[in-house]
Amino acid sequence: MLYLAILAPFFIALLLPVLFRWTRARQIGWGLLLVPAALFAYFATYLPAIGRGESISREMSWVPSLGISFDIYVDGLGLLFALLITGVGTLVVLYSIFYLDKRKEQLHHFYFYLLMFMGAMLGIVLSDNLIILYIFWELTSLSSSLLVAFWYDRDRSIYGARKSMLITVFGGFAMMAGFILLYIEAGTFSIQGLIAQADSLLGSPLFYPAMVLVLLGAFTKSAQFPFHIWLPDAMEAPTPVSAYLHSATMVKAGIYLVARMIPVFGASEAWFWILLLTGLVTMCWGSVSAIRQHDLKGILAFSTISQLGLLMMLLGIGSAAMFVGGDAMESVYAAAITTAMVHLVNHATFKGSLFMIVGIIDHETGTRDIRRLGGLMTVMPIAFTVALFGLAAMAGLPPFNGFISKEMFFTAMISLQELSWGSAMLWVPVIGWLASIFTFGYCALMLFRTFTGEFKRFNFDQEVHEAPIGLLISPIILGSLVLLLGLFPNLMVPSLIEPAVASILPALDPELYSFRLYLWHGFNMELWMSIGVIVFGVLLYRSLPGVSGWWFFSRERDPLNKLYDGGLDALAVGSEKVTGIQMTGRLRDYLAYMLIFMIGLATYVFFRSDSLVAPSAIAGDAPLYLYGVAFLMILATVALLRIKDRISFIIVLGVIGLMVSLLFTIFSGQDLALTQLLVETVTVILLLLAFRRLPEITPERIPVFSRIVKLVISSAVAIGVFLVGVSAFHFRNETGFASISDFFKENTYELGGGKNMVNVILVDFRALDTLLEVLVLGIVGLAIIMLVKHRFKGGEDV
Amino acid sequence: MELLMLIVIAVLFGVGTYLLLSRSLLKVVASLMLLSHGVHLLILTMSGLREGAPPLLDESGTGATDPLPQALILTAIVISFGLTAFLIVLAYRTYKAHDTEDLEQLRGEPNE
Amino acid sequence: MRFTREHDVMQRVWITVVICLLLAFSWYLFFAGHNRPGGGFIGGLMTASAIVLMYMFFGAKEAGRVMRLSYPVVISLGLLVAVVVGMIGLLAGDAFFTQYFDYVTLPLVGEIELTTAVPFDFGVYLVVVGATMAAIVTISEDED
Repeated sequence: MLYLAILAPFFIALLLPVLFRWTRARQIGWGLLLVPAALFAYFATYLPAIGRGESISREMSWVPSLGISFDIYVDGLGLLFALLITGVGTLVVLYSIFYLDKRKEQLHHFYFYLLMFMGAMLGIVLSDNLIILYIFWELTSLSSSLLVAFWYDRDRSIYGARKSMLITVFGGFAMMAGFILLYIEAGTFSIQGLIAQADSLLGSPLFYPAMVLVLLGAFTKSAQFPFHIWLPDAMEAPTPVSAYLHSATMVKAGIYLVARMIPVFGASEAWFWILLLTGLVTMCWGSVSAIRQHDLKGILAFSTISQLGLLMMLLGIGSAAMFVGGDAMESVYAAAITTAMVHLVNHATFKGSLFMIVGIIDHETGTRDIRRLGGLMTVMPIAFTVALFGLAAMAGLPPFNGFISKEMFFTAMISLQELSWGSAMLWVPVIGWLASIFTFGYCALMLFRTFTGEFKRFNFDQEVHEAPIGLLISPIILGSLVLLLGLFPNLMVPSLIEPAVASILPALDPELYSFRLYLWHGFNMELWMSIGVIVFGVLLYRSLPGVSGWWFFSRERDPLNKLYDGGLDALAVGSEKVTGIQMTGRLRDYLAYMLIFMIGLATYVFFRSDSLVAPSAIAGDAPLYLYGVAFLMILATVALLRIKDRISFIIVLGVIGLMVSLLFTIFSGQDLALTQLLVETVTVILLLLAFRRLPEITPERIPVFSRIVKLVISSAVAIGVFLVGVSAFHFRNETGFASISDFFKENTYELGGGKNMVNVILVDFRALDTLLEVLVLGIVGLAIIMLVKHRFKGGEDV
Repeated sequence: MELLMLIVIAVLFGVGTYLLLSRSLLKVVASLMLLSHGVHLLILTMSGLREGAPPLLDESGTGATDPLPQALILTAIVISFGLTAFLIVLAYRTYKAHDTEDLEQLRGEPNE
Repeated sequence: MRFTREHDVMQRVWITVVICLLLAFSWYLFFAGHNRPGGGFIGGLMTASAIVLMYMFFGAKEAGRVMRLSYPVVISLGLLVAVVVGMIGLLAGDAFFTQYFDYVTLPLVGEIELTTAVPFDFGVYLVVVGATMAAIVTISEDED
């Protein structure tokens, strides 16, 4: 049943192209809405069991010899994500039914990718095997870039899709390498198996490389600095996609992976520092960049980056519980993990609703540029209310859920000072606090620039009015969740958050961290920090018009993009250069590569196996006439090099063939001689027919150097063949190698009923070879007819 | 005897390789013919050369020369004939289509 | 492709005789193959040479009137014959391409050997004739 739940989106996606035939004119979204909704309901039935602290696992062997098996493991963390994926998925499908025009858009593509993504995401969070996780991981990258490129006739969409693909797949490969290193060390791909061996892993030399590689995967996926640059460009996707993939779920896959791996890697100090610093830098970079964006989705993209950084940092602080130890300390750090989980859900609700509102604004006004928007409060009161909830939550104002997680975030940062470094860690809360001010700033920017001020009707190409109710349902649901979770923060803690924390920190005593959230903490440090954020945030917003002329604000694009674009260009130019050196377009150059390689290989084998034999070893008598034949043959062959006349060239070629036939006769090959004679006749006729109209052989004016190269290569081939022949013949005689030919000699008459052994071998013993050989000949005949009779007309270059 | 044949074979291979690296299509076709002659003679030589012992049971009995290499060579002769015929027609068509048999002029544009 | 004058009667007769002799010799080579030098390949090539001679001296038009053969059909027929012979072994429950032979005594001729290798060799013969002629005839007819 669990397998069915994960694979159901894939199966239904596969049915879509078939179904599409009948549903062309209808909104297929209505039918598909059932899929995530049913899955959500199904996963919700696991809540009681998981809430009791149980976990469910299923095993299905796939490639047992490599340790790959499709194992499913449902625990608090996996279930939290599964509910998030299916829950937000339901709302997003509902929203996109109204957002995408069934007449203009290729809806079956859209839903195909969306369902594929949903299935892959469920696969990531529920599978226990790292290789399976990796496969689903790459599937999400794939479906993400397909969705970004949904409007594939726009250049920016293609650019964004390629960028997200390159960066996330690069991370995916690194992650896979990390998984393999873990497998080498621990001998298992199972996550639970790795957790069980965490202690022995810590001492291994592969621990740090594996950790860095796995983190690369998580950081690229979760848009951590400096890999975040793909996320703003991914905003070219339809807005439901941005709401779903690029804020609520896919970018959190990296968070999921890091949370999953805390029991494995968390005991090392490097893990803590990498997570803390990356998260902190990402958070600041994101919130500072967000404030200079003019595109509403651009602001939300950088805000998502910043929030992801915050989550990463919280996980880092929380994992300190693993290596610090001590009862009281542990519960403080466990609080950080709890905060991360709470904020994960909160972020999905408020960011999802904000994306949907931005989509509505885009849909109704035709623009997302805050310089053109304004005064929408009176035109779209419902959208304004939802946006107000979402933005207030993001800025961390009470009584919304964002306030609670922000306060908890401050608590977590402050608690860092209880580490042995003491007040040396004071800079962390200070920087975090500064980033929060910027967060407040861009939230205010979004709210006031969009909804207040003068409504400039002439700015818009279309009549602006409130969105249809269908579009508003999903953001309203999310918006009310924002408020509900703010007023009753403990609503989901016992059933969802606590099991998730338990699965991240399995070693923790459940009694110790039993955690309750409160809207009101009393007048403590955190509250003062919040008040400070509001005061300085307002100041920042007020000063924005004054400073917006600075160069810092005139640059919307992230400076790191230069690195990416330049790198790609350099790669293209560089590979072109490398290819240009080696791919000359001259046949003889390619042939020369092959010949040189073969000569090298033969030389290597000679020296490796010490099989070089002096030619004198096989010297023997030869009848006089044989010298004559050999001399004539060599003469004719060498003459080919000097002949300028085309017809003479062909005739000398025929003479050589006849000499070969003569040699076959001398050495008892009557069948061969006959065949060679006839083949040579027919070939010469063909050559004459084909080449008689062509001009004379043009004297080749080639540089002396390449002439010498040709000479060296061909002499090397000649000498090589000679030596191979000498040693082959020598060793055949020396070792008394028993040939299988005796079988043919003895059985030709008994089994084949013939006396010509060569012919009996051909038509009886090895008849299948002959059949295939004849088949080649037949293909040649048919191909020649095709080539000459059914050719391209005119001067086409073929 | 074998040594003498090997020298002939080496010359066939050397000239064949030299022609293979040239610009004229006719020479490339000719080089493949020379190389296949060389290979056929090499197979025959490596299994030992016998005069006057054709692989016919009523002529030579069990003292006949080894029939297996001969069967292989016969197959090889026919296959290389098919290949040569195809190449000749291909060269012919190439000349008809492009009015040249010079491989240097047939070379594509860079990055084509 | 034509190497002769049109109305030289003596030459025409000579060439006709030579071609007939070549064809007869090619059949001898084909049937001798099992016990003496010869066989499908050699017979086929010899037949092809005879037909080429015909084309060379009587011209493609006249020779084409006599040789009303479609060479692709000849090739396919040959392959078919060869495969069908291979199948005989399968029908008898043996391996693919098991060949059978027996000796029968006919009046006037004496004892002869009948073997399934001969029809197989005939398939080879047909393919060789077809492919060789296809190459030569298509290239010689391509006069433009």
